[in-house]
Amino acid sequence: MPVRSLICLLFFFTCTQQAQAIISATITAPGTGLQAALDAAKPGDTIMVKAGLYKLHNVLVRNPVHLVGEGFPVFDGEGKYETFIVTSGRVYIAGIEIRNTGRSSLSDMAGIRLQDVSNVTINNCRFYNTTYAVYLQNSSWCTISDNRIQAQGTDELQSGNGVHAWKSSHLLIRNNVINGHRDGIYFEFVTESRIEKNISFNNIRYGLHFMFSHHDTYSGNTFRNNGAGVAVMYSKGVDMQHNHFDHNWGDAAYGILLKEISDSRISGNVFQKNTMGLYMEGCSRIRVYRNTFSANGWAMRIQANCDGNRFEVNNFTGNSFDVATNGSMVLNVFQDNYWDKYEGYDLDKDGTGDVPYYPVSVYAVITERIPAAMILYRSFLTNVMDQAEKVMPSIIPDQLKDSSPKMKKWPL
Amino acid sequence: MLTLSKYVLLDLLRNRSVLIYTVVLGILSISLLSLGDQSSKGLLSLLNITLLFVPVITMLFATIYFFNSLEFIELLLCQPVKRSRVLLSEYFGMTLSLSASYIAGVGIPLFLKVSGAISWMLVITGVLLTFIFTALSLLVFVLFRDKTKGIGAAIVIALFFTLLFDGLVMAFIFSFSDYPIDKPLLGMMAFNPVDLARVLMLLQLDVAVLMGYSGALFKKFLGSATGSIFSIACMIGWIVVPLILSVRIFRHKDL
Amino acid sequence: MMEISQLTKSFGRFRALDQISLSLQEGQAVSLLGPNGSGKTTLIKSILGMVIPETGTISIDKQIVKRDWNYRSRIGYMPQIGRYPDNMTIEQVINMITEIRKDKVTPDRELYEGFELDRIRKKKMRTLSGGTRQKVSACLAFLFSPDIYILDEPTAGLDPVANEILKKKIVKECARGKLTLITSHVLNDLEGLTSHIIYLQDGKVRFYQSVETLQELTGETRLNGVVAHLMQNDLKNKENIPC
Repeated sequence: MPVRSLICLLFFFTCTQQAQAIISATITAPGTGLQAALDAAKPGDTIMVKAGLYKLHNVLVRNPVHLVGEGFPVFDGEGKYETFIVTSGRVYIAGIEIRNTGRSSLSDMAGIRLQDVSNVTINNCRFYNTTYAVYLQNSSWCTISDNRIQAQGTDELQSGNGVHAWKSSHLLIRNNVINGHRDGIYFEFVTESRIEKNISFNNIRYGLHFMFSHHDTYSGNTFRNNGAGVAVMYSKGVDMQHNHFDHNWGDAAYGILLKEISDSRISGNVFQKNTMGLYMEGCSRIRVYRNTFSANGWAMRIQANCDGNRFEVNNFTGNSFDVATNGSMVLNVFQDNYWDKYEGYDLDKDGTGDVPYYPVSVYAVITERIPAAMILYRSFLTNVMDQAEKVMPSIIPDQLKDSSPKMKKWPL
Repeated sequence: MLTLSKYVLLDLLRNRSVLIYTVVLGILSISLLSLGDQSSKGLLSLLNITLLFVPVITMLFATIYFFNSLEFIELLLCQPVKRSRVLLSEYFGMTLSLSASYIAGVGIPLFLKVSGAISWMLVITGVLLTFIFTALSLLVFVLFRDKTKGIGAAIVIALFFTLLFDGLVMAFIFSFSDYPIDKPLLGMMAFNPVDLARVLMLLQLDVAVLMGYSGALFKKFLGSATGSIFSIACMIGWIVVPLILSVRIFRHKDL
Repeated sequence: MMEISQLTKSFGRFRALDQISLSLQEGQAVSLLGPNGSGKTTLIKSILGMVIPETGTISIDKQIVKRDWNYRSRIGYMPQIGRYPDNMTIEQVINMITEIRKDKVTPDRELYEGFELDRIRKKKMRTLSGGTRQKVSACLAFLFSPDIYILDEPTAGLDPVANEILKKKIVKECARGKLTLITSHVLNDLEGLTSHIIYLQDGKVRFYQSVETLQELTGETRLNGVVAHLMQNDLKNKENIPC
């Protein structure tokens, strides 16, 4: 790409003189320099920003320019302001660091706000302690990639989301590392977008929060140790593949919570060490296959208002309880899964057990009614109860069964 | 005391029953652990063995041994040694050899097959249970004159803690499930060493589930290190208290 | 040397020792006699500290023994039935006791050699006959040259040769000024050994006299005769007591 002009902002000082010099150069006259340069630039121009501390706020990017930092110049919102607002399409921002945006109860203050734009890319930037790092509203075909987004949020009300997208489409959120926000990634009314290979951890509420967003794909992400895991709600046509849901612990923590999701696919994911691996409520026609559920409290909870879902070729190993439910109605299909708790036999040696497996254990039902009974779990008594129930089912929903449980673990 | 313990230990290590106990544990461990590719399943079976067999066998074996060594104890007591020293030597010799059996029979196969925190915890739990039930055997030994009665009492105690106690707790839970019973329940656990051992393992295996209950006490207590510390502290209490009682009673016992 | 005063011990309602007071001197070889259940074993066990008396004191060289277990280093005890850890060898048992006692004296191996225990020192206790066990017990009692010997039925089960060796040893030790307390049912074995006789009945001391005095009193020379005479007279006396 030919560069027609190059405007350099030369705030390049030695370390000892830096702070003093920047104050005299930028703070006293906000908007000078950078804002002027941005406004003066022609479409496609590249503006190089040298390393340094810039106490600027509400910088408007109104032209389709490239804003590239050299050695990560720092833009500080001083805890009061927004830093960048992008209102032009085809903007490219890379290599800058944004810190300390303001908090407000009236408006959402962002490190970079994309407002009604398309084809904007934010790449390889750092966001520290921003209320919202990247905020997209009514935008399309935008890419947010390779960013490091970090905050030290402590409560839900005071903090915002890492990547927040509202009423947008065709987004690509890729390779970002996000932690310490309210929700790592937040989607509301966002369609046909992709969320790939991000790592979202230690967020206060959800690693990924997803509502009314149809036909999106998220794959290869890792969601770890978030307050409540991942929530995907009121959407259809969602494709969830090869994600890792790790170590989400708490009384309302889920690897993934699905609420009123339909015609979707969950495959190749790993659910590990979550209080509840997969939670489904009011879901229809979801195919859950080739996933690994290991060392979770409950691998899955399928509420009775789910129908037409298929659970096939998954591995269930080392979970305290495999499946929990809240009724006896079962309109879903379980087959060809491997359950490590299966104690049946395979006389014809075809790799499939000859007797069905009932994944809801009697003690799961009991602790459902009386949580305190959990204290007796794994005692001789509860083992006896489990064995008795296997011989003569009376408490567990006997409709919920895998008629063709596998004898060997699937190689997933 | 070391001298005496050494001789008791040597005597026990040559005893065929201890050897059989070790071998049986070893065979069980190896067969359970190599049963499938899933080691966690074998681990759970080993946990069940630890919680059921270790208390019963330790209790029975130790009680029988203590009663059988009455003459040996008498022989020692004619020598210029303190009574408490003789008794504690018997105890440590016994409990150390049974612990060695457990470590050899369960610990070594376990570490070879599944290493990690859970294996460690299981071995610690088994050893603690061995210490506890040997201490209870000692108490039975000093309380009863008659060997048959003593063995009967040992069986009753072992069965009470392994089976009956949980039944009572279960009845309690079902009867009072409408009330906040978390606290009394945790209190009740402290009264059964086998339950304490189980809770200790539960904290390793099922902490994810325990975190899922909204009961604040469960989460606060069992979710953090506090739960493990509480359990281990109580278990140590279950060793120390019977030992102190035994020594006190033994001091005034006529032989 | 050993003073026992007002010693009382009961097991439940049964009074095993009733206000027993005795004074034993060095060089004495005292036979403790009495019918079954008269309190002989309880008395011995009290002296050894295995039975805790309710009232009364035992003192050795004016030192009252109670909780202080150290006095037992001055006693060598040979039990009626010596039971030892099954799997230990003779050698190990002897080594163990030596290690426990920590006596500084050179061990008196006279009996060990006399009984020829050295040949079978590698044998396990489990495999030994009752007599051999007795030999081990005797050996242990004399090993540390203590001041006081307490021998409970020492000759029962010993073969005549061993019996003679043991008797000679006892006489020898008495001559060295040791105090020996023996119980036995075989009065013949005590012949020529005893200097004094204590007769216990129903937990009380019936009499405590030197053998010479008793011989004079009864006109009998053999110990068997002396004791038989005394017991018959004693029974008669009892019948003569008016109710």
